[in-house]
Order: sequence, then structure tokens, then C-alpha cells
Amino acid sequence: MSFIKEFWEFLKVRKKYWLLPIIIVLVLFGGLIVLTQGSAVAPFIYTIF
Amino acid sequence: MTSILGISAFYHDSAACLLKDGKIIAAAQEERFSRKKHDPRYPHHAVEFVLKYSNMKLSEIDQIVFFEKPFLKFERLLETYVAFAPRGFISFAKAMPLWLKEKLFQKNLLFNKLKKHDENFNSDENIFFSDHHLSHAASAFFPSPFEEAIVLTADGVGEWATTTVAVGKKNDLEIKKEIHFPHSLGLLYSAFTYYTGFKVNSGEYKLMGLAPYGSPTYEDKVKELVDIKDDGTFRLDQKYFNYATGLTMTNEKFHNLFGQKPRDPKNEKITQFHMDIAASIQKVTEEIMIKLAKAIRQEYNIKNLCLAGGVALNCVANGKILQEKIFDNIWIQPAAGDAGGSLGAALALWHIEQKKDRVVNSNDDMKGSYLGTEFNQEEIEKELKSAGANFEKLQYEDLISKTAEFLSNEKAIGWFQGRMEFGPRALGARSILGDPRSDKMQKNLNLKVKYRESFRPFAPSILREDLSDWFNINVDSPYMLLVADVNSKKKIEMNEEQKKLFGIDKLNIKRSKIPAVTHVDYSARIQTVTKETNKPYYDLISKFKEKTGCPVIVNTSFNVRGEPIVNSPTDAFNCFMGTELDYLVIGNCILEKSKQDPNLKKDYTKEFELD
Repeated sequence: MSFIKEFWEFLKVRKKYWLLPIIIVLVLFGGLIVLTQGSAVAPFIYTIF
Repeated sequence: MTSILGISAFYHDSAACLLKDGKIIAAAQEERFSRKKHDPRYPHHAVEFVLKYSNMKLSEIDQIVFFEKPFLKFERLLETYVAFAPRGFISFAKAMPLWLKEKLFQKNLLFNKLKKHDENFNSDENIFFSDHHLSHAASAFFPSPFEEAIVLTADGVGEWATTTVAVGKKNDLEIKKEIHFPHSLGLLYSAFTYYTGFKVNSGEYKLMGLAPYGSPTYEDKVKELVDIKDDGTFRLDQKYFNYATGLTMTNEKFHNLFGQKPRDPKNEKITQFHMDIAASIQKVTEEIMIKLAKAIRQEYNIKNLCLAGGVALNCVANGKILQEKIFDNIWIQPAAGDAGGSLGAALALWHIEQKKDRVVNSNDDMKGSYLGTEFNQEEIEKELKSAGANFEKLQYEDLISKTAEFLSNEKAIGWFQGRMEFGPRALGARSILGDPRSDKMQKNLNLKVKYRESFRPFAPSILREDLSDWFNINVDSPYMLLVADVNSKKKIEMNEEQKKLFGIDKLNIKRSKIPAVTHVDYSARIQTVTKETNKPYYDLISKFKEKTGCPVIVNTSFNVRGEPIVNSPTDAFNCFMGTELDYLVIGNCILEKSKQDPNLKKDYTKEFELD
């Protein structure tokens, strides 16, 4: 939790809010890789087909 | 009493340093303990050492400071990838998992690593993060002998900055200007290191050593890559480089410009082409550094200059800045690379953040850079006995006299005394020594002792008081970071036929009274030695002078090619038995090669990966 707070402070000081969407997407995909233990696209392929 | 632990890690040359009330107590690089050159891992052993040396537990340390800011570095990475997209996807895909898994959460990572030193360490509140170039600048200014100075730092890249100008006054230091990535003098030099077939972040020294064999015939082409302004600021034309987005330094356009592919070190020999390339990039680097130095001298009107960052290890360029007499005084941090960042980060926290006073030491505060491990006579004998060594114990005066005698008989000697050096140079604590007057010494040391390329020069250590008799320089150079020419009285001029010789053939000509330390262009990378900083070393050179009339000896680091400099008596004994060193002088013990058990000999040539 303290990491999120610190990172938010960092974005505020640097005025780099535009990096936020990139980071969110990266973290989401990163999370998916960890959860699925493999490819990040695997869960989507499964839902489509 | 306040204690600060400084740490640099996770890129290359990780290190730790400990300050007590702003005084440097101990500092060491991790590679010396892990025996892996330029080790980038968390410096567990180095931290253990600085704590043990200071008699402290980690939980007793008041503040811990890391040498750079990981968030800012991550910002630079993301912005670079966005700017160059879709180029760089492969590099992006390789870098991101590492960052998301580990590097972005560096505070947590550091905390977990630190906890391994002491179970009672249980708060990350006192972990701070300095700025990469501020750490370099602090390491150059605060230990310097100046009240006021301009600080110039230049390296590959930190967070965003690659080159900075700072002004230091008493206990304050402020960065005034920066040049940002991807425009980097360090990376430009590294691109040529890669192109000539040496390892990036380690072979830059070889490129500099190769330069005097060539002529700068490619200077104009190098200038097509880099646009240099009158004030020394520069921009690199990114179309020739691949480091911002790819996994190599240079690209096809770069190779086409110079007309050859990068040299494959395993299959291709160094040719005159590579020597000319080395001479060209060296000349351009010097031009940039001199222009930068002139511009900041004029702008800030301060007479002292401090240098740090990897580029400050380019002692040839440093020597040129000195020669141009742009500044009255120059001081260079001996651990100018990232290892020194640990020291700078701790000093920045103490003086800038906590506004603590600074007492200027007229000699400088680095204690000769002898900040590392130390072994007493009892420990040395214990280690040597368990290694199976056969040694003789002597009184101090006999030890010095005998060693000087061996040196004058052209023997190669391993010299291990006192505290280990902090920084990449051996300064007479963990050194291999030889007689500079010998014609064969350079070849012998390169090929039989260090197992390295025959073109590489050796450096002289000279008594400070005799300096100007032997070299065209008369300022202190205790850290081997200034290059100057051999004095004309000691030179032996080449005849017309010899002058026509090219490259390495020139090296075989005797060019001075001290050929082993005279490069083909008559230059030498000098270390001045005084009684105050290293008494045994001073006494040894004095004795050698008494016997031979020559106050100079050859000093090279105590290791073989690709190996970190020796740290312990055991490392020293292993290196001694793995090479053709004749004697090892360690504490009060002398070891003679012919008296050692031949079964203890090692095949050392394959022990370390070539750099």
C-alpha cells in the first residue's frame, strides 16, 4: 500500500499523470501473468473461443 | 553520533560505504568479496564488512541511503519506449518483467535484503534515495580539498542525466545544469568500446589504452554522430545508435559509416583500423571535456574543479584538462564510477539534506582511498598456513629492503599491505609491482602474469618529491587519474626508421629510461606516493631509489585479466600460485615461488571470464 502512495506522490511531483494509464495496463498484465502462470493473453483467448 | 550507510547496486559495481558523523569509516565494492567482476547484485558482503569494521549492527545505523531514484529511472524507461515506439518492443518486453517484479519495488527489496544482516532491523522509514548524478557530484566535492568548486560529472546514464554541472560551496552542493539521456558522452564512448570488440562498462579502459597506437583519422566521421557546440554541450544523432531501444550499442548505419562490422573479440584480431577508431573517439571525448571545462570556468568563475562519473576515469582526458590550465586545481574522486555513488549518496544525505557542517581537509578526506578490508599479521599467517603456503617472516626494515632488492632484479612481485583500495585502481595496497627500467617488464607482466593483451600499458608509482624530474607534471596525482608525458631528459628519441613503425611494433622500442611505464606516445598514468598516505609503499619506493637511483616502480592491480582485485590473503595466494609472479609480500611475510608446493599451482588462465 505504501508503494502506491509513494508512486502517486512521485507522479504528482513530476507532473507525469500521463504515465498512469501505461502503468495500470502494465500492472494488470503483470498480474495476469502471475495469476495464470503463463501467457497474459490466455484468459482472453479462452473467453472468446 | 550519527551513522549513515550508503549503498549502490543493481546496475554494475555495487558497493557499500559507512559514515560516522560525516567521516568516511569504510567503503568496499562487492566484487572483491564475491569474486565476480563488476558484480551488480545487492552488496551483502560489502555491507557486512563496513558494519563489522565499524563495530555496528544494522539496527544501530541511523540512516540508509541508496545512490539513485528507481521511480525516476522507470519514468525515463517508459518515456523512452513511448518516444521510440514501436521500435524497442523487444527491449521493452525484456525490461518490463524485471521492473514490475523487482526493480520498481526497490525500497521493499532493499528492506528485505537489509533484514538479512540483522533480525532486529524492522522499519523502512530510514531508507532514503539520492539522485544518481547528485551522488557522483557529492562524492567528488565533499571529500575534496576545496571550500568551493565546480563539479562536473559525466557517465553513461543515471536517471535522466548523463552529464551535470554543479556548484559546491562549503556544505552545500547544487546541480545547475544537466544533459539528458539519450545524449551521453559515456554511452558514446561505450558504443565505440562495443564496436572495437571490448566489453561495455569494463573495456573502456582498454579503448583508451589502445588510442595512442592509432591516429585520429576518423575524427570527422565521429563528429557526424555527435554535434558538439562551442560550450561543450552535445547531441548524439540517434539514427546511428541502438542503445535507447535495442540490445546492442550501435546499428547498421553506424557500421556503414565506419565501413566495418563490430569486431568479434573471439575470432578477430585488433588491427590498425581499431587503433585509429580508438584514437578518433578519444580525441573527440577530450575535445568535449575541454570545451565543457572552459565554458563552466568562464560562466561560474570558480578556480577549482571536481570530477566524477565513469568518464572521469578517462585519465588521458583529465590530463588534457590539467594541461590546458583551465582550472587552478583539479580533484577527481578515485571511485568515480558507480561504486563511488554509495559514498556520494551518504555524503549528500549528511551535508545537503541534514545541513551538517563540513570541515575541509587540505589533503582531501579519502584517506588515500584505503578504505577497505585489512588483515593483521596473525590473520595473514593463519590464512597462509591453511592455504598450504611456505613463507618467511621478516622485520619491517628487512622486508622493505629485500623487496626492493627483488624489484631491482626484475622480479614480478605481489604486494599486499594495509587496507584495500576503494575504486577501480590499485594504489599500492593490493598491487603487482615491477622494475620500470626493464625492457621486458611490460611484455612479461602482460602475458605471463596478468594474461592480458600485450598492448596494454602499465602505470608508474613515483615519490611525490621526484615527480617533476621524471614527468611533465607537478601536481598531486594520488589516485592514478592524471596522465602526463615522460620528462624530455628521460626520453629516448626514436630514429626515423623506428618512427615509421606502426601499432604494437612501436611498443618494443625502448622509448625512455623507464620503458615499462612509457606508452607509445611517451605518456604515463601517474600515481604520486607520499609518506602520509601509504608509508610501507613510500618506504619501498625510497629503498628502490636508494639501490637504483630510480624513484619509480611499475604498479598494476593485483589480479589477472577478468578477475576482481584480490581482497584477502587467500585470494592473493591463489593469484600468486596461478600466475608467474616470483614473490608475494604480504604483511611481514615473504613467499618465494620456487619454495611453494608445486601441487598448489593453479591453472588460472581459464578461471575468469575475459572482459
